[in-house]
Amino acid sequence: MSVLKQLDARNLLCPLPVIRTQNMVKSLHPGDTLEVVGTDPGILNDIPAWCRISGHEVLEQHSGDNEYVISLKVGDRLRGTS
Amino acid sequence: MKARLAMKRPIKAIALISGGLDSLLAAKVIQEQGVVVEGINFFTGFCVEGHTHAIRKKDKDKLKRNNALWVAEQLDMPLHIVDIIEEYKDVVINPQHGYGANMNPCLDCKIFMVSKAMQWIADSDYEYDFIITGEVIGQRPMSQRKETMPVIAEQSGANDRLLRPLCAKNLPPTLPEREGWVDREKLFDFSGRNRKPQMALAEHYGFTDYAQPAGGCCFLTDKNYSSKLADLWQARGERAYELDDIMLLKVGRHIRPKSHYKMIVAREEGETRFLQGYKKQFPHLQPISHNGPLTLLDGMPTAADLELAAQITARYSQGRDAESVTVEIMFEGETSTLQVSPLAAHEISPDWMI
Ligand code: SF4
Repeated sequence: MSVLKQLDARNLLCPLPVIRTQNMVKSLHPGDTLEVVGTDPGILNDIPAWCRISGHEVLEQHSGDNEYVISLKVGDRLRGTS
Repeated sequence: MKARLAMKRPIKAIALISGGLDSLLAAKVIQEQGVVVEGINFFTGFCVEGHTHAIRKKDKDKLKRNNALWVAEQLDMPLHIVDIIEEYKDVVINPQHGYGANMNPCLDCKIFMVSKAMQWIADSDYEYDFIITGEVIGQRPMSQRKETMPVIAEQSGANDRLLRPLCAKNLPPTLPEREGWVDREKLFDFSGRNRKPQMALAEHYGFTDYAQPAGGCCFLTDKNYSSKLADLWQARGERAYELDDIMLLKVGRHIRPKSHYKMIVAREEGETRFLQGYKKQFPHLQPISHNGPLTLLDGMPTAADLELAAQITARYSQGRDAESVTVEIMFEGETSTLQVSPLAAHEISPDWMI
Protein backbone atom coordinates (compact mmCIF):
# COMPACT_ATOMS: atom_id res chain seq x y z
CA MET A 1 0.00 0.00 0.00
CA SER A 2 1.35 3.43 -0.85
CA VAL A 3 2.11 5.76 1.98
CA LEU A 4 1.36 9.48 2.30
CA LYS A 5 4.02 11.31 4.27
CA GLN A 6 4.45 14.95 5.16
CA LEU A 7 7.57 16.97 5.61
CA ASP A 8 7.63 20.28 7.44
CA ALA A 9 10.38 22.34 5.83
CA ARG A 10 9.11 25.70 7.08
CA ASN A 11 11.70 28.32 8.02
CA LEU A 12 14.42 26.42 6.22
CA LEU A 13 16.28 28.08 3.41
CA CYS A 14 17.18 26.17 0.28
CA PRO A 15 18.88 23.81 -0.14
CA LEU A 16 17.87 22.46 3.28
CA PRO A 17 14.29 21.64 2.20
CA VAL A 18 15.74 19.71 -0.75
CA ILE A 19 18.17 17.85 1.52
CA ARG A 20 15.37 16.94 3.95
CA THR A 21 13.19 15.81 1.02
CA GLN A 22 16.05 13.75 -0.43
CA ASN A 23 16.71 12.11 2.94
CA MET A 24 13.06 11.38 3.62
CA VAL A 25 12.52 9.87 0.17
CA LYS A 26 15.28 7.38 1.00
CA SER A 27 12.98 5.85 3.60
CA LEU A 28 9.98 5.67 1.22
CA HIS A 29 9.02 3.24 -1.52
CA PRO A 30 8.14 3.75 -5.18
CA GLY A 31 4.56 4.97 -5.44
CA ASP A 32 4.55 6.62 -2.00
CA THR A 33 3.56 10.27 -1.86
CA LEU A 34 5.41 12.97 0.02
CA GLU A 35 3.98 16.41 0.69
CA VAL A 36 6.55 19.09 1.49
CA VAL A 37 5.53 22.39 3.08
CA GLY A 38 8.04 25.21 3.11
CA THR A 39 8.35 28.97 3.42
CA ASP A 40 11.28 29.52 1.04
CA PRO A 41 9.78 30.14 -2.42
CA GLY A 42 12.93 28.55 -3.81
CA ILE A 43 11.44 25.13 -3.16
CA LEU A 44 9.06 25.70 -6.07
CA ASN A 45 12.09 25.50 -8.36
CA ASP A 46 14.43 23.28 -6.44
CA ILE A 47 12.23 20.38 -5.45
CA PRO A 48 10.84 19.88 -8.98
CA ALA A 49 14.42 20.14 -10.34
CA TRP A 50 15.59 17.57 -7.82
CA CYS A 51 12.64 15.32 -8.75
CA ARG A 52 13.51 15.54 -12.44
CA ILE A 53 17.11 14.42 -11.93
CA SER A 54 16.16 11.80 -9.35
CA GLY A 55 13.27 10.17 -11.19
CA HIS A 56 10.34 11.29 -9.02
CA GLU A 57 7.13 12.91 -10.17
CA VAL A 58 5.72 16.23 -8.96
CA LEU A 59 1.98 15.68 -8.52
CA GLU A 60 0.97 19.14 -7.43
CA GLN A 61 2.39 22.40 -6.22
CA HIS A 62 0.65 25.44 -4.84
CA SER A 63 1.36 28.64 -2.95
CA GLY A 64 -0.59 29.79 0.07
CA ASP A 65 -0.09 32.52 2.60
CA ASN A 66 3.70 32.74 2.47
CA GLU A 67 3.75 28.96 2.37
CA TYR A 68 4.44 26.65 -0.51
CA VAL A 69 3.35 23.05 -0.86
CA ILE A 70 4.70 20.42 -3.23
CA SER A 71 3.42 16.86 -3.51
CA LEU A 72 5.62 14.31 -5.13
CA LYS A 73 5.33 10.67 -5.99
CA VAL A 74 8.41 8.57 -5.35
CA GLY A 75 9.64 7.06 -8.60
CA ASP A 76 11.21 3.68 -9.01
CA ARG A 77 14.40 4.82 -10.63
CA LEU A 78 15.62 6.11 -7.28
CA ARG A 79 18.40 7.96 -9.04
CA GLY A 80 20.43 10.12 -6.78
CA THR A 81 18.91 8.78 -3.63
CA SER A 82 21.37 6.02 -2.87
CA MET B 1 38.30 -1.60 -7.56
CA LYS B 2 37.21 -5.07 -6.62
CA ALA B 3 33.48 -4.47 -6.83
CA ARG B 4 33.79 -3.26 -10.40
CA LEU B 5 35.94 -6.12 -11.59
CA ALA B 6 33.64 -8.72 -10.09
CA MET B 7 30.50 -7.19 -11.57
CA LYS B 8 32.01 -5.77 -14.75
CA ARG B 9 30.09 -2.59 -14.08
CA PRO B 10 30.86 0.57 -16.01
CA ILE B 11 33.48 2.97 -14.74
CA LYS B 12 31.86 5.46 -12.39
CA ALA B 13 33.07 8.75 -11.04
CA ILE B 14 31.75 11.11 -8.43
CA ALA B 15 32.09 14.81 -9.30
CA LEU B 16 32.22 17.59 -6.73
CA ILE B 17 29.61 20.04 -7.97
CA SER B 18 29.68 23.56 -6.61
CA GLY B 19 27.22 24.90 -9.15
CA GLY B 20 29.87 26.98 -10.93
CA LEU B 21 31.20 26.60 -14.44
CA ASP B 22 34.42 24.73 -13.68
CA SER B 23 32.81 21.77 -11.94
CA LEU B 24 30.15 21.64 -14.66
CA LEU B 25 32.82 21.42 -17.35
CA ALA B 26 34.97 18.93 -15.44
CA ALA B 27 32.03 16.54 -15.07
CA LYS B 28 31.01 17.01 -18.71
CA VAL B 29 34.52 16.28 -20.00
CA ILE B 30 34.51 12.95 -18.17
CA GLN B 31 30.94 12.08 -19.20
CA GLU B 32 32.03 12.64 -22.80
CA GLN B 33 34.59 9.88 -22.33
CA GLY B 34 31.83 7.39 -21.55
CA VAL B 35 32.28 7.37 -17.78
CA VAL B 36 29.11 7.36 -15.67
CA VAL B 37 29.27 10.50 -13.53
CA GLU B 38 27.19 11.38 -10.49
CA GLY B 39 27.40 14.68 -8.69
CA ILE B 40 27.93 15.40 -5.03
CA ASN B 41 27.29 18.81 -3.52
CA PHE B 42 28.13 19.72 0.04
CA PHE B 43 26.02 22.14 2.03
CA THR B 44 28.18 23.86 4.61
CA GLY B 45 25.68 26.51 5.72
CA PHE B 46 27.86 29.22 4.17
CA CYS B 47 26.95 28.44 0.57
CA VAL B 48 25.84 31.36 -1.53
CA GLU B 49 22.35 30.54 -2.59
CA GLY B 50 20.15 32.49 -4.96
CA HIS B 51 17.38 32.11 -2.43
CA THR B 52 19.28 33.72 0.38
CA HIS B 53 19.65 36.78 -1.80
CA ALA B 54 16.04 36.41 -2.85
CA ILE B 55 14.97 37.06 0.73
CA ARG B 56 15.70 40.63 -0.16
CA LYS B 57 13.12 42.28 -2.32
CA LYS B 58 15.56 44.11 -4.53
CA ASP B 59 16.93 40.81 -5.74
CA LYS B 60 13.52 39.39 -6.41
CA ASP B 61 13.92 39.34 -10.15
CA LYS B 62 17.12 37.37 -10.04
CA LEU B 63 16.90 33.75 -11.04
CA LYS B 64 15.92 31.70 -8.05
CA ARG B 65 17.60 28.44 -8.70
CA ASN B 66 20.01 26.14 -7.01
CA ASN B 67 23.00 26.10 -9.32
CA ALA B 68 24.19 22.64 -8.33
CA LEU B 69 20.77 21.22 -9.23
CA TRP B 70 20.84 23.19 -12.45
CA VAL B 71 24.24 21.71 -13.33
CA ALA B 72 22.99 18.20 -12.61
CA GLU B 73 20.03 18.79 -14.90
CA GLN B 74 22.27 20.03 -17.68
CA LEU B 75 24.32 16.87 -17.39
CA ASP B 76 21.32 14.60 -16.77
CA MET B 77 23.01 13.07 -13.78
CA PRO B 78 21.92 12.35 -10.21
CA LEU B 79 23.07 14.79 -7.57
CA HIS B 80 23.60 13.90 -3.95
CA ILE B 81 23.30 16.96 -1.73
CA VAL B 82 25.01 16.29 1.56
CA ASP B 83 24.51 18.27 4.74
CA ILE B 84 27.96 18.73 6.31
CA ILE B 85 27.02 21.66 8.55
CA GLU B 86 28.16 20.04 11.80
CA GLU B 87 31.43 18.52 10.63
CA TYR B 88 32.34 21.62 8.68
CA LYS B 89 32.49 23.71 11.84
CA ASP B 90 35.93 22.38 12.67
CA VAL B 91 37.16 23.38 9.20
CA VAL B 92 36.03 26.98 9.72
CA ILE B 93 37.05 27.22 13.35
CA ASN B 94 40.46 25.49 13.23
CA PRO B 95 41.82 25.49 9.71
CA GLN B 96 45.19 23.77 9.68
CA HIS B 97 46.27 25.74 6.63
CA GLY B 98 44.82 29.06 7.77
CA TYR B 99 42.45 31.49 6.10
CA GLY B 100 42.48 33.25 2.74
CA ALA B 101 41.86 36.98 2.38
CA ASN B 102 38.77 36.72 4.60
CA MET B 103 37.44 33.90 6.79
CA ASN B 104 37.67 31.42 3.94
CA PRO B 105 39.66 28.31 4.86
CA CYS B 106 39.78 27.25 1.21
CA LEU B 107 42.60 24.72 1.36
CA ASP B 108 41.22 22.90 4.40
CA CYS B 109 37.78 23.11 2.83
CA LYS B 110 38.93 21.44 -0.39
CA ILE B 111 40.75 18.71 1.54
CA PHE B 112 37.67 18.15 3.67
CA MET B 113 35.28 17.96 0.72
CA VAL B 114 37.44 15.55 -1.23
CA SER B 115 37.83 13.41 1.89
CA LYS B 116 34.02 13.42 2.29
CA ALA B 117 33.71 12.27 -1.32
CA MET B 118 36.20 9.47 -0.53
CA GLN B 119 34.09 8.53 2.45
CA TRP B 120 31.02 8.52 0.19
CA ILE B 121 32.82 6.08 -2.11
CA ALA B 122 33.74 3.84 0.81
CA ASP B 123 30.18 3.96 2.19
CA SER B 124 28.83 2.96 -1.21
CA ASP B 125 31.07 -0.13 -1.07
CA TYR B 126 33.32 1.25 -3.77
CA GLU B 127 30.61 1.77 -6.34
CA TYR B 128 32.67 4.66 -7.73
CA ASP B 129 36.19 4.49 -9.11
CA PHE B 130 37.44 8.03 -8.84
CA ILE B 131 36.68 11.64 -7.92
CA ILE B 132 36.49 14.66 -10.22
CA THR B 133 36.87 18.30 -9.27
CA GLY B 134 36.80 21.44 -11.39
CA GLU B 135 40.06 22.74 -9.91
CA VAL B 136 42.41 24.66 -12.17
CA ILE B 137 46.02 25.37 -11.23
CA GLY B 138 46.51 29.05 -10.45
CA GLN B 139 42.82 29.85 -10.53
CA ARG B 140 42.59 30.78 -6.86
CA PRO B 141 45.45 32.21 -4.87
CA MET B 142 45.01 30.04 -1.80
CA SER B 143 43.71 26.64 -2.69
CA GLN B 144 44.31 26.19 -6.39
CA ARG B 145 48.08 26.41 -6.81
CA LYS B 146 50.54 23.90 -8.20
CA GLU B 147 51.83 23.17 -4.67
CA THR B 148 48.38 22.69 -3.17
CA MET B 149 47.17 20.14 -5.73
CA PRO B 150 49.17 17.23 -4.24
CA VAL B 151 48.42 18.45 -0.71
CA ILE B 152 44.68 18.11 -1.37
CA ALA B 153 45.11 14.71 -3.01
CA GLU B 154 47.24 13.36 -0.16
CA GLN B 155 45.59 14.87 2.89
CA SER B 156 42.10 13.95 1.69
CA GLY B 157 43.18 10.34 1.27
CA ALA B 158 42.03 10.35 -2.37
CA ASN B 159 45.62 10.29 -3.68
CA ASP B 160 45.69 9.35 -7.34
CA ARG B 161 41.96 8.73 -7.48
CA LEU B 162 41.52 12.48 -7.66
CA LEU B 163 41.30 13.72 -11.23
CA ARG B 164 41.13 17.37 -12.26
CA PRO B 165 40.08 17.13 -15.90
CA LEU B 166 40.56 20.84 -16.63
CA CYS B 167 44.25 20.90 -15.67
CA ALA B 168 45.16 17.21 -15.67
CA LYS B 169 47.81 17.65 -18.34
CA ASN B 170 49.76 19.92 -16.02
CA LEU B 171 49.81 17.25 -13.33
CA PRO B 172 51.22 13.72 -13.13
CA PRO B 173 48.89 11.04 -14.56
CA THR B 174 46.34 9.78 -12.05
CA LEU B 175 44.96 6.27 -11.66
CA PRO B 176 42.02 6.75 -14.07
CA GLU B 177 44.48 7.95 -16.71
CA ARG B 178 47.03 5.20 -16.11
CA GLU B 179 44.35 2.51 -16.11
CA GLY B 180 42.93 3.87 -19.36
CA TRP B 181 39.53 4.61 -17.80
CA VAL B 182 39.91 8.07 -19.29
CA ASP B 183 42.04 9.27 -22.16
CA ARG B 184 44.58 11.79 -20.86
CA GLU B 185 44.93 13.24 -24.33
CA LYS B 186 41.34 14.44 -24.17
CA LEU B 187 41.85 16.23 -20.87
CA PHE B 188 42.98 19.85 -20.56
CA ASP B 189 45.94 21.94 -19.45
CA PHE B 190 44.19 25.08 -18.24
CA SER B 191 46.09 27.23 -15.78
CA GLY B 192 45.96 30.68 -14.27
CA ARG B 193 43.15 33.11 -13.67
CA ASN B 194 42.19 33.53 -17.31
CA ARG B 195 38.61 32.32 -17.73
CA LYS B 196 38.64 32.32 -21.53
CA PRO B 197 39.46 28.60 -22.00
CA GLN B 198 36.55 27.66 -19.73
CA MET B 199 34.25 30.01 -21.56
CA ALA B 200 35.29 28.58 -24.91
CA LEU B 201 34.73 25.04 -23.66
CA ALA B 202 31.31 26.05 -22.30
CA GLU B 203 30.46 27.41 -25.70
CA HIS B 204 31.69 24.23 -27.35
CA TYR B 205 29.29 22.21 -25.22
CA GLY B 206 26.49 24.71 -25.66
CA PHE B 207 26.27 25.85 -22.04
CA THR B 208 25.19 29.46 -21.92
CA ASP B 209 23.24 30.19 -18.76
CA TYR B 210 25.84 29.06 -16.22
CA ALA B 211 26.44 30.76 -12.88
CA GLN B 212 29.40 33.09 -12.57
CA PRO B 213 29.70 34.02 -8.92
CA ALA B 214 31.88 37.06 -8.39
CA GLY B 215 33.55 35.74 -5.23
CA GLY B 216 34.15 32.16 -4.28
CA CYS B 217 31.58 29.50 -3.69
CA CYS B 218 30.60 30.76 -0.26
CA PHE B 219 29.99 33.69 2.06
CA LEU B 220 33.31 33.09 3.82
CA THR B 221 35.07 34.89 0.97
CA ASP B 222 32.91 37.95 1.58
CA LYS B 223 34.54 40.73 3.57
CA ASN B 224 31.39 41.99 5.29
CA TYR B 225 30.18 38.55 6.12
CA SER B 226 33.59 37.65 7.54
CA SER B 227 33.63 40.68 9.83
CA LYS B 228 30.20 39.71 11.15
CA LEU B 229 31.47 36.21 11.90
CA ALA B 230 34.58 37.59 13.62
CA ASP B 231 32.37 39.94 15.66
CA LEU B 232 30.13 37.04 16.69
CA TRP B 233 33.10 35.07 17.98
CA GLN B 234 34.58 38.03 19.76
CA ALA B 235 31.30 38.92 21.46
CA ARG B 236 30.72 35.37 22.62
CA GLY B 237 34.29 34.87 23.75
CA GLU B 238 34.58 31.63 21.82
CA ARG B 239 34.95 30.47 18.28
CA ALA B 240 31.73 28.54 17.84
CA TYR B 241 28.51 28.85 15.87
CA GLU B 242 25.19 27.21 15.20
CA LEU B 243 23.43 27.09 11.84
CA ASP B 244 20.97 29.81 12.90
CA ASP B 245 23.88 32.13 13.73
CA ILE B 246 25.45 31.85 10.32
CA MET B 247 22.12 32.11 8.52
CA LEU B 248 21.30 35.29 10.42
CA LEU B 249 24.67 36.76 9.45
CA LYS B 250 23.38 36.73 5.87
CA VAL B 251 20.33 38.80 6.70
CA GLY B 252 19.69 42.35 7.89
CA ARG B 253 21.77 45.19 9.26
CA HIS B 254 23.89 44.07 12.20
CA ILE B 255 24.42 46.76 14.83
CA ARG B 256 26.23 46.35 18.14
CA PRO B 257 25.50 49.34 20.39
CA LYS B 258 26.93 47.52 23.44
CA SER B 259 29.33 44.64 23.62
CA HIS B 260 26.80 42.32 25.26
CA TYR B 261 24.14 42.42 22.57
CA LYS B 262 23.62 43.14 18.91
CA MET B 263 20.61 44.06 16.85
CA ILE B 264 19.62 42.42 13.59
CA VAL B 265 17.47 44.94 11.77
CA ALA B 266 15.51 43.81 8.72
CA ARG B 267 16.30 45.96 5.71
CA GLU B 268 13.08 45.25 3.89
CA GLU B 269 9.90 43.28 3.77
CA GLY B 270 11.49 40.03 2.59
CA GLU B 271 13.96 40.11 5.47
CA THR B 272 11.21 40.95 7.96
CA ARG B 273 9.34 37.87 6.73
CA PHE B 274 12.46 35.76 7.15
CA LEU B 275 13.20 37.09 10.64
CA GLN B 276 9.61 36.34 11.70
CA GLY B 277 10.70 32.71 11.84
CA TYR B 278 13.12 33.60 14.67
CA LYS B 279 10.71 35.58 16.85
CA LYS B 280 10.27 32.76 19.33
CA GLN B 281 14.02 32.44 19.88
CA PHE B 282 15.01 36.09 20.26
CA PRO B 283 13.76 39.17 22.10
CA HIS B 284 12.47 41.44 19.35
CA LEU B 285 11.13 44.89 18.59
CA GLN B 286 8.92 46.36 15.92
CA PRO B 287 7.57 49.88 15.44
CA ILE B 288 3.76 49.90 15.50
CA SER B 289 2.93 53.58 15.06
CA HIS B 290 4.82 53.64 11.78
CA ASN B 291 5.94 51.07 9.26
CA GLY B 292 9.26 49.74 10.38
CA PRO B 293 11.61 46.80 10.52
CA LEU B 294 11.41 43.75 12.69
CA THR B 295 14.54 43.75 14.85
CA LEU B 296 15.97 40.80 16.75
CA LEU B 297 18.25 41.20 19.76
CA ASP B 298 21.02 38.66 19.98
CA GLY B 299 23.27 38.24 23.03
CA MET B 300 22.44 39.16 26.62
CA PRO B 301 20.41 42.37 26.45
CA THR B 302 18.91 43.62 29.71
CA ALA B 303 15.74 45.63 30.27
CA ALA B 304 17.95 48.74 30.49
CA ASP B 305 19.10 48.20 26.90
CA LEU B 306 15.60 48.21 25.45
CA GLU B 307 15.15 51.96 25.17
CA LEU B 308 18.27 52.48 23.06
CA ALA B 309 17.40 49.43 20.95
CA ALA B 310 13.90 50.87 20.40
CA GLN B 311 15.36 54.27 19.41
CA ILE B 312 17.65 52.60 16.88
CA THR B 313 14.80 50.50 15.49
CA ALA B 314 12.70 53.67 15.19
CA ARG B 315 15.53 55.27 13.26
CA TYR B 316 15.04 52.67 10.52
CA SER B 317 11.24 53.08 10.46
CA GLN B 318 9.14 55.45 8.41
CA GLY B 319 8.82 57.51 11.56
CA ARG B 320 12.55 58.39 11.58
CA ASP B 321 11.71 62.12 11.39
CA ALA B 322 8.74 61.93 13.77
CA GLU B 323 8.93 63.18 17.32
CA SER B 324 8.02 59.87 18.76
CA VAL B 325 7.57 56.33 17.53
CA THR B 326 5.77 53.56 19.40
CA VAL B 327 7.75 50.34 19.42
CA GLU B 328 6.36 47.00 20.49
CA ILE B 329 8.83 44.91 22.44
CA MET B 330 8.82 41.24 23.25
CA PHE B 331 11.30 40.61 26.04
CA GLU B 332 11.53 37.70 28.47
CA GLY B 333 8.13 36.41 27.37
CA GLU B 334 6.32 39.73 27.97
CA THR B 335 5.01 42.13 25.37
CA SER B 336 5.19 45.85 26.11
CA THR B 337 5.32 49.11 24.20
CA LEU B 338 7.71 52.03 24.45
CA GLN B 339 7.38 55.53 23.02
CA VAL B 340 10.76 56.74 21.92
CA SER B 341 12.32 59.47 19.88
CA PRO B 342 14.20 57.97 16.93
CA LEU B 343 17.96 58.41 17.04
CA ALA B 344 19.27 60.89 14.52
CA ALA B 345 21.64 59.59 11.86
CA HIS B 346 24.67 61.19 13.55
CA GLU B 347 23.79 59.55 16.88
CA ILE B 348 24.34 56.11 15.42
CA SER B 349 28.03 55.56 15.90
CA PRO B 350 29.81 54.05 12.89
CA ASP B 351 31.58 51.77 15.42
CA TRP B 352 28.27 50.09 16.14
CA MET B 353 27.86 48.94 12.58
CA ILE B 354 29.26 45.47 12.05
S1 SF4 C 1 35.20 29.61 -1.23
FE1 SF4 C 1 34.21 28.60 0.52
S2 SF4 C 1 33.38 26.67 -0.28
FE2 SF4 C 1 34.85 27.43 -1.78
S3 SF4 C 1 36.80 26.43 -1.23
FE3 SF4 C 1 36.77 28.41 -0.18
S4 SF4 C 1 35.93 27.99 1.83
FE4 SF4 C 1 35.40 26.23 0.52
